[in-house]
Amino acid sequence: MKRLLTRQNMIITAALLVVYIIVQVLLSTGIISAFYETNLILGGIGIIMAVSLNLITGFAGQFTLGHAGFMAIGAYFSAVMTVKWGMPFILSLLGGACLAAVMGFLIGLPTLRLKGDYLAIATLGMGEVIRVVLLNTKYVGGAAGLFGIPRITNWTWIFVCSVVTVLCIRNLLWSSYGRACISVREDEVAAEIMGVDITHYKVLAFVVGAFFAGLGGALYSHYYYFIQPGGFGFMKSIEYLVMVVLGGMGSITGSVMAAIVLTVINVFLQQYSAIRMILYALLLIIIMIFRPEGLMGSKEFSTAMFRRFERRDDRGSAGGQ
Amino acid sequence: MEQFYVFLQQMVNGISLGSIYALIALGYTMVYGIIKLINFAHGDIYMVGAFVGYFAINYLHVGFFGSLFIAMAACVLLGILIERIAYKPLRNATRIAALITAIGVSFLLEYTTVFALGAQSRAFPEVLGNIRFGFFGNKVFITNKELLIYGVTLALMVLLQFIVKKTKTGKAMRAVAFDRDAAMLMGVNIDNTISATFALGSALAGAAGVLVGIYYSAISPLMGMNPGLKAFVAAVLGGIGSIPGAALGGVLMGVIETMVIAYGQSTFRDAVAFAILIIILIIKPSGIFGSNAREKV
Amino acid sequence: MKMRKLLAVTLLLAFVLVMTAGCGGTDANKTETKPAATDAAEVILGANFELSGAVAVYGQTKMNGVEIAIDEINKAGGILGKQVKLIKYDNKGDDAEALSLTTRLMTEDKIVTMLGPVTSGRVMVAVPVSEQFKIPLVTGTGTAAAITVADGKVNQYAFRICYTDEYQGKLAGKFAATSLGGKTAAMLVNQNDDYSIGLSEAFKTTFEENGGKVIEQVSFTNDDVNFNTALTKIIATNPDVLYVPAYYEQDALIAKQARELGYTKPIIGGDGWDSADYLLQTAGAAALQEVYFVNHYFSGDAEPAVKAFVDAYTAKYNETPSSFSALGYDTAMFVKDAIERAGSLDPVAIRDAMAATKEFKGITGNLAMGENHDPIKSAVIISFDADGKPILKEKLQ
Repeated sequence: MKRLLTRQNMIITAALLVVYIIVQVLLSTGIISAFYETNLILGGIGIIMAVSLNLITGFAGQFTLGHAGFMAIGAYFSAVMTVKWGMPFILSLLGGACLAAVMGFLIGLPTLRLKGDYLAIATLGMGEVIRVVLLNTKYVGGAAGLFGIPRITNWTWIFVCSVVTVLCIRNLLWSSYGRACISVREDEVAAEIMGVDITHYKVLAFVVGAFFAGLGGALYSHYYYFIQPGGFGFMKSIEYLVMVVLGGMGSITGSVMAAIVLTVINVFLQQYSAIRMILYALLLIIIMIFRPEGLMGSKEFSTAMFRRFERRDDRGSAGGQ
Repeated sequence: MEQFYVFLQQMVNGISLGSIYALIALGYTMVYGIIKLINFAHGDIYMVGAFVGYFAINYLHVGFFGSLFIAMAACVLLGILIERIAYKPLRNATRIAALITAIGVSFLLEYTTVFALGAQSRAFPEVLGNIRFGFFGNKVFITNKELLIYGVTLALMVLLQFIVKKTKTGKAMRAVAFDRDAAMLMGVNIDNTISATFALGSALAGAAGVLVGIYYSAISPLMGMNPGLKAFVAAVLGGIGSIPGAALGGVLMGVIETMVIAYGQSTFRDAVAFAILIIILIIKPSGIFGSNAREKV
Repeated sequence: MKMRKLLAVTLLLAFVLVMTAGCGGTDANKTETKPAATDAAEVILGANFELSGAVAVYGQTKMNGVEIAIDEINKAGGILGKQVKLIKYDNKGDDAEALSLTTRLMTEDKIVTMLGPVTSGRVMVAVPVSEQFKIPLVTGTGTAAAITVADGKVNQYAFRICYTDEYQGKLAGKFAATSLGGKTAAMLVNQNDDYSIGLSEAFKTTFEENGGKVIEQVSFTNDDVNFNTALTKIIATNPDVLYVPAYYEQDALIAKQARELGYTKPIIGGDGWDSADYLLQTAGAAALQEVYFVNHYFSGDAEPAVKAFVDAYTAKYNETPSSFSALGYDTAMFVKDAIERAGSLDPVAIRDAMAATKEFKGITGNLAMGENHDPIKSAVIISFDADGKPILKEKLQ
């Protein structure tokens, strides 16, 4: 109890509350307009997706290209719970996230023994299989999609869910589980020799990542009124992977920042409809050439940065293998 | 017996589709073998090849082989340019950073073409005519274009195998793929070798673009998206880094897809293709022809 | 120590929020000083189209038609004496983008009516937003039934000027069974596309009601260019007609490959087939024999409006327009017609005028707006002569 009530924690809680209240007031007075609200929500979903993908790819080092598949499961299952079974939203959120986690377990167990790009292709295939199965399921509307989903997601839900996601994943990483995950990324053989059950930790990271991706999907479907299998294809997975790499593999604050930066960039590029994709492509290439380790590398943004340039040993940035 | 002829016809269809996957997969596999980069832009180089072929035939009136040559040459230049500008600075960065760059290059090629030429498909000029050869009392057909695709694919594959196994550049490629630092110490010019690999891979993609244009008679700026992905899957299936593997993987992908449509639920085609892929990978994690590299401790 | 990271996240969030709040603030000021819409110096229309991504070609083709219409309107003095300003955005074929852009157009850009999106899924996302802000949207190509009617309730601000899937699927089914006298049919359907699926379902029902039987159905996906396998399977069952409800880029390849595989019987399609040049160039005249498709209008029509549009389009884009371009043109003209009849730039008045449309003369046919905001319009069946030029086969009501 004493440990929880440190000055740090109280400052952070207070700061979060203040941010929440300020935005809530700005929203209800209409100072943040409807358009910026949609982007706030989109950014929040981006944070949840990117941080959860970072756990799998950045921290545990398992390169996956099927994250949108888990998002789809969360989005569809929660929508079915709300629309067809009349469940309350909170249960639908949890239901969507849990089913995604279960799928993460079922898929992770056999595929996580693959390495590097083979795993990437297997997860890509898995994402496609999920999409095709949804496409052929009449119960959820097939190719025509599932519509009539009420809009329940709002700033409060997004705020609470992204804070919970960041907190959970951060705490997981700072526990012995997280250390084990990182050791798997750094050197599987060495980790195994030291007695780390590598399969266990890989699957753990995969399941937790899938859980939060499912949560992101559930929030998504309850904001956009309508979902279609095509919305959760390969390009969606890539979108979140770009966030993770741009923010820095193995940096939670990096992912958060990248999700926000990319949402802002997207809004900015919207007005150049003819060349927006060209500009986006150039931006990607240029950022990667000049900052291949991402905005944050594997460091975290912290108050310590303001006090002194703390030298920490670089955890290395060997992602993907 | 009718059933058997239909089956044979479907095999012909599957192998034609697979040959195209194989041609694209070869380029993927070569680049991957040497710098371990999933070159997402490869499918778009194939698209550029198709468009160069289109303009060559329409405006330079060069005929099939002329356009094939021009497209391959243009793609060689493009491949080297992309490698030097976008990938070279990232050679020592993480592989995922390079992958994101490749995705950027892919978008850039796609949408620059869309911007310049519009997104619509174009009809590829008919340069070869259309001849069908009937077998078994005209129950099974092969077209001249299909024969051309088999022929060109096979010829390019043999040529590639020859270059990689017998020439000095090929030796350098294999050396760099095996151990870049050691190769450098032995006096191999790493930069040139990597460029040569990109040049070869891109040339194959360019050839595939022209062949597809001729075979399907339509090309579009976004045509590289999906075959690019499928070809990469094929390369992994065959064991990435292996030339016969890419060829086999491509043909296998084509045949599997065809058979799912012909004898299974066509709606589940992609799902079945990917499910088979996952199963193969789980049984043999490094692909059919992949060497199971032992981890150095 | 470790807790600082959270603080950092918080600070960052706060920073971004200040930024967004700042932007939002200026916009709110704009709202206050904004003159009443009716006094605006220009008519602001928004377009929310799929200009990139997998269906970019249809978005761009439709946008071409819209731009011709806007040029024409502005040259002729605009709407209600005011010039038209078209704000166009690219939604990338992505649902989240489509929603965000609809909101942007309707709140930030102060449009009076939105054109688009092109594909049904994106329209479905945009409809609730238009209901929320009470600004009408008109789609020229969104064919899913649920766009205009959801849960038995008409969406007040959503309109379309194209047929529903069901309507033209039925027409095709009836044509196949009666005019062509087909007894058996096969269908080649794009499983990723609700348009294709919707048409095929309606076709099947009507065809079987009229005494026929659908004996084979094979699916393909958006990116397919090779239909040999599917066609080989279909031809083995020897159907009297082949129904292909898809878009022209793939239709041309299907027609060509079907003929190469020796299928000579009729191929029937929907309005997605309409693209005279592309079909002929890609498939060739021989492959287009015995091809019939349901369409809105006949591009060789002597009607001066049709001819003027086809000429203007050909001059500007160097190709004959497809049904997408024609529907894009009509979408913009329909909006103009409604605003003029409303006599004001008030979105609600425009909506009422749209709902009350009795006779709008478009190039894709005359149209009256039905109770459900689905148009009541005529249809034609197009086929091809020996040179591959489209000819009018039948006029349907």
